[in-house]
Amino acid sequence: YLSVSEPVAVLKAPEVWGALRGLETFSQLVHEDDYGSFLVNESEINDFPRFAHRGVLLDTSRHYLPLKTILTNLDAMAFNKFNVFHWHIVDDQSFPYQSIYFPELSDKGAYSSNLIYTPADVRLVIEYARLRGIRVIPEFDTPGHTQSWGKGQKDLLTPCYNGQQPTGSFGPVNPVWNTTYDFMTMFFKEISSVFPDEFIHLGGDEVDFSCWKSNPEVKEFMKKQGFGTDYAKLESYYVQNILDIVSSYNKGQMVWQEVFDHKAQLKPDTVVQVWMANNYAHELSSVTGAGLTAILSAPWYLDYISYGQDWKKYYSVEPLKFSGSEKQKKLVIGGEACLWGAFVDATNLTPRLWPRASAVGERLWSSSNVTNLQDAYKRLRHHRCRMLSRGIAAEPVFVGYCAHEA
Amino acid sequence: AENEPSWETPCTELLVYISTPGCDGFPSLDSKENYKLSVSKGSMLLSAETIWGALRGLETFSQLVGRDENGMYYINETEIVDFPRFPHRGLLLDTSRHYLPLRAILETLDVMAYNKFNVFHWHIVDDPSFPYESSTFPELSKKGAFNAMTHVYTASDVRTVIEHARLRGIRVIAEFDTPGHTLSWGPGAPGLLTPCYVGKTPSGAYGPINPIVNSTYKFVTSLFQEVSTVFPDFFLHLGGDEVDFTCWKSNPEIRAFMTEMGFGEDYKKLESFYIQRLLDIVSSLGKGYIVWQEVFDNDVKLRPDTIIHVWKDNNMQYVKEMANVTRAGYQALLSAPWYLNRISYGQDWIQAYKVEPLHFEGSPKQKALVMGGEACMWGEYVDVTNLTPRLW
Repeated sequence: YLSVSEPVAVLKAPEVWGALRGLETFSQLVHEDDYGSFLVNESEINDFPRFAHRGVLLDTSRHYLPLKTILTNLDAMAFNKFNVFHWHIVDDQSFPYQSIYFPELSDKGAYSSNLIYTPADVRLVIEYARLRGIRVIPEFDTPGHTQSWGKGQKDLLTPCYNGQQPTGSFGPVNPVWNTTYDFMTMFFKEISSVFPDEFIHLGGDEVDFSCWKSNPEVKEFMKKQGFGTDYAKLESYYVQNILDIVSSYNKGQMVWQEVFDHKAQLKPDTVVQVWMANNYAHELSSVTGAGLTAILSAPWYLDYISYGQDWKKYYSVEPLKFSGSEKQKKLVIGGEACLWGAFVDATNLTPRLWPRASAVGERLWSSSNVTNLQDAYKRLRHHRCRMLSRGIAAEPVFVGYCAHEA
Repeated sequence: AENEPSWETPCTELLVYISTPGCDGFPSLDSKENYKLSVSKGSMLLSAETIWGALRGLETFSQLVGRDENGMYYINETEIVDFPRFPHRGLLLDTSRHYLPLRAILETLDVMAYNKFNVFHWHIVDDPSFPYESSTFPELSKKGAFNAMTHVYTASDVRTVIEHARLRGIRVIAEFDTPGHTLSWGPGAPGLLTPCYVGKTPSGAYGPINPIVNSTYKFVTSLFQEVSTVFPDFFLHLGGDEVDFTCWKSNPEIRAFMTEMGFGEDYKKLESFYIQRLLDIVSSLGKGYIVWQEVFDNDVKLRPDTIIHVWKDNNMQYVKEMANVTRAGYQALLSAPWYLNRISYGQDWIQAYKVEPLHFEGSPKQKALVMGGEACMWGEYVDVTNLTPRLW
């Protein structure tokens, strides 16, 4: 609640997180006149977010992102009332997370020895985020997307076979060995204590079954378990074990939609992230229909650049436009704008993310009837200039200029 | 230690020999950019006919130098004979849709040099803004710039760009695009643009430059007189693209003129009428010109040394256009497949790389008329925040 009048303006909030949002709004109400005086109009505002989970995903595996880039981005997120930083920290290409229990993971898996996040770096990010009311949810994506893990952890990944011979290459995490689960138990013990948020994202997307199918031990295991030739069952078997491990550390879990689609047994408070663009409304119906919470990312893959004002299509998304009951719709707790890193690093991150992500930010905060594109266009232009003057190199919305250029 | 490489005599000197010395001139379309680079133990020699070739050779030399894990700089024995395939290798920046601060332009010139580009096509003014500070017509930027104090290029700024470019062997070709793309010229030059009409009354809106009044040609003569002096390159880009005829058609005086001239309803003839006179004016100022392809497509009478800039890319129509332009005996520049402002997801550099500029039906004589091409970075969605990573 924000009330601006003479002689004193008042900002009231039940918790400090609300006060942060209110301060951001207040800072946006202040404007400069032609003589350089700062003014604020008499105002009365009662505000609250429509969705509780409003996130931005950054990928620090396809390209390392220096700390400065991450911190600047947290600033920009705060200017746009985002409150979740989904840190997709490791993946196939590199493992920059310096683990305390398993230092070899980054020693052997990072792009190079200086392209890592030390425990101090991680703490810095978490605190910087916290001061802006932003949760940091780390994602350690398994069993797929793990090539870089194999460099520092022998016998973690599945050896692929050609007939009876190992080919020398590796596939997803090996789900049949006990050592896998011993490792994961220790690893997630560390993650659970390093990252204070209640949730950890466990990934589970795009698992390529071909290597599993080639491996004789895995094939043997499939028979023993009675999975037949349904490798989705093996994936679910693995995922369920990881979910149990992580649960035992009192952490909630977020997973990509495949985990749900492949029918793993999920805990009731698991959050499913819907990312596949094809018919995502239908997926939202299914996920919420099964009583699970969902967050939406499918229409907000901001790494998919295209020519022109694409912010409009992000802005026009209505997350609750799917068939379902009121109860189901309540299970959609928000969404995330994703900036995958295949073509992104510190040289182009900020202009690529902003102000396009601002459209997502408003969609997730503002009420469902705030949809007018012409009005949004005017405000977005103004907001972009504001971000520029605050040191965020947000790219232009369209032809024009800002009084204070970059 | 074992296996240490046996370092030869440390190389400390690159000898540069230029047969036609002289560092004070400007590069031109005819400049020779050939060079020879010879690196062997005990001697490194760069030889070129002109300073411009030496600059290209220095760039190559700088790229040959490597650094090992111990921090030692080294260079392999090398023998290079190099020269450009095309003499006009350009980059277009648009400083009207968004103002680009001087540092962005200068930085771009640096990176152009790293990539052996030799023409900076400065699309300096257009509809949205007029940042060029004219000494003859100061009102143009005063009324037409986004902000006349902060979003302009002073005469000194322009000189800085030209010199910064020259030192890198880069020609600066300014484009003052007319008769379309001129909305920002209106506020500072009352009477220049065509008033549009709704029936019998002016609507308050304006269209392209008014081609039927003498004041237009007086203005254009004075402006290009200044521009010809300010920009030393032999060529000026005169634009001539995308002229929207609706406003002309709505204006009763223009309709009367059309009848008078016997142009009928063919407004292309009116456009050509303007362009013809513009080209004559610029010729008489001792400059050559480059024009966008519409000027050729609309059958304007052109001087034989006109360069046609091919930009339309609907379904690879540029291939046909290149054939047509060169068959008519004109030199051509290709930009159509290189509109770098049209971004898309993924490694789009591959499409740009695969373009073969001479892949069109024509005789070798025709193909020899292709001077080169230009990568274009139009500014609708581009300013200093995203220019460099979008371009490179």
